Amino acid sequence: MEIDDLLKLADEDEALKDKETAHLTINLNKVVSKNIVPGLHIDTEEIENGVNVKVIVDEGVVIEKKVHMCFGVTHEKALQEIIMNIDVRKNAGIEVLSHCIFPKATDVKHIMDAKIKVGEGASYTYEEKHIHSMEGGIEVYPKTIVELDKKARFKTTFELIKGRVGKLDIDYEITGKEGSVMEMTSKVSGRGDDVIKIREAGNLIGEKARGVLTSRVAVRDNAKAEVYNVMVATAPYARGHVDCKEIIQDNGVARAIPIVEVKHPKAHVTHEAAIGSVDTKQLETLMARGLDEEEAVDLIVEGLLS
Amino acid sequence: MGILELKNLSLTINGRRILNNLDMNFHEGHVHAVVGPNGAGKSTLAYTIMGLEGYRNIEGDIIFEGKSVKGMGIAERAKRGITLGWQEPARYEGLTVKKFIMASSREKSTDAVAGALKKVGLNPDEYMNRAVDKTLSGGERKKVELASILAMKPKFVMLDEPDSGIDIASLEKIFDGIRLLKSYGSTIILITHSLAVMKQAEHAFLMCGGKLIEKGSIDKIEPYFEKECLPCEHKNLPDMGDKDGN
Repeated sequence: MEIDDLLKLADEDEALKDKETAHLTINLNKVVSKNIVPGLHIDTEEIENGVNVKVIVDEGVVIEKKVHMCFGVTHEKALQEIIMNIDVRKNAGIEVLSHCIFPKATDVKHIMDAKIKVGEGASYTYEEKHIHSMEGGIEVYPKTIVELDKKARFKTTFELIKGRVGKLDIDYEITGKEGSVMEMTSKVSGRGDDVIKIREAGNLIGEKARGVLTSRVAVRDNAKAEVYNVMVATAPYARGHVDCKEIIQDNGVARAIPIVEVKHPKAHVTHEAAIGSVDTKQLETLMARGLDEEEAVDLIVEGLLS
Repeated sequence: MGILELKNLSLTINGRRILNNLDMNFHEGHVHAVVGPNGAGKSTLAYTIMGLEGYRNIEGDIIFEGKSVKGMGIAERAKRGITLGWQEPARYEGLTVKKFIMASSREKSTDAVAGALKKVGLNPDEYMNRAVDKTLSGGERKKVELASILAMKPKFVMLDEPDSGIDIASLEKIFDGIRLLKSYGSTIILITHSLAVMKQAEHAFLMCGGKLIEKGSIDKIEPYFEKECLPCEHKNLPDMGDKDGN
């Protein structure tokens, strides 16, 4: 399988032909292709097992078209380390759609170590979608530290619903200053003996900072999931919410540990968590329209993770 | 012989008899109302015909198109053409109206979904990609559910309190939907204690305390129901909630 096949899998091949769309494509530790647009700088350095990537969006520049990134491994066995430094400067804006694709993996470890700074009044949206093989021999370790300056906005979605998870250990930590907004969403579907660990932490340290941590996880067969959401508010009028929903089937095991901590009398943080099997009424409604139980469950889970 | 017959149907839950020796016959292509006060067993009857979990351990029989459905699960009954519209439709986080209706639809096309939405007075451009979740009002979910039933074109449909949560302006759209189902040849059962809904039917069954009290034309049942049942304050026993715990 070649990198072009990966891009087709991700429906990225057309977007990458557009010269006005910035992109970066990496296969294991090789930069396969790159395109930048005015105001956006992407510097890369190939290292032994991966690539160092430095992204800068110049002050005041809003990148019009979504930037596409693809981190793939076409090999069956490999270690890939992506070290990202992202600097979205004052009043800048960028949206990134990133695909991590390991379609043949039987023993692949993917490590993402990211540091992100979003400047005052800037906006950064990062959507990460994983496409894995059905073998389950994949380990994914995304670790990200985000700093949000005053009135900065950061929105991220992590999605792993195609193929087997293997082993996933997400570790996100975001700190938001005055008036900043953070939204973090994880959607993961595990099966077989997949192991899912999600740790998302939001620190609302500035006045009127706001944050939402959302997790949607489905586990079946013998898969295990643990979601550890922490939201800490230390400034007046900071507002946070933690929302975790996990559906279990078969012998799946799910655990949710929401921690909310408020250190200022004028701050407010809420949380909700629900773990259980598919709702009977949802299931029976779809079955009353002629869907088999398995089809109905799949549709409900698909909705939850959409 | 009707399309669906109940033969001496009884249902006992936790030692209490909820449905008691019901003999009922539903005529193919006709609209029937099952009326009665709260706790009469109307919704339970619908759940039992649909074969929902906890409502399958029956005595007697349910015959659909000449064959017993007693041992069949929900999906099997649905594949034979039986369906149910809930009093309070389920909510689905993230599942779009389009996918929800498409799942039911005989014709798996966007046009078919759009057509079904229009028939219940919902603009497809506005609703197709919305989720069937708490962002829809109860009345909107009710219409979406009716749209899914219209797309399914079932042979036998039970609508539990079809006017529940529907404002007066939208009620006529629900009634239009019922007429449309009839035009498809569906046999329709309206579970209701509303006279307005009852008047959409051609035949009525009056239930009280899990028993069939009276049956006949609307002209016959309506005055009795209005005079005797609506003002009646006696509690139906056994006092079971419906499946939603209401």
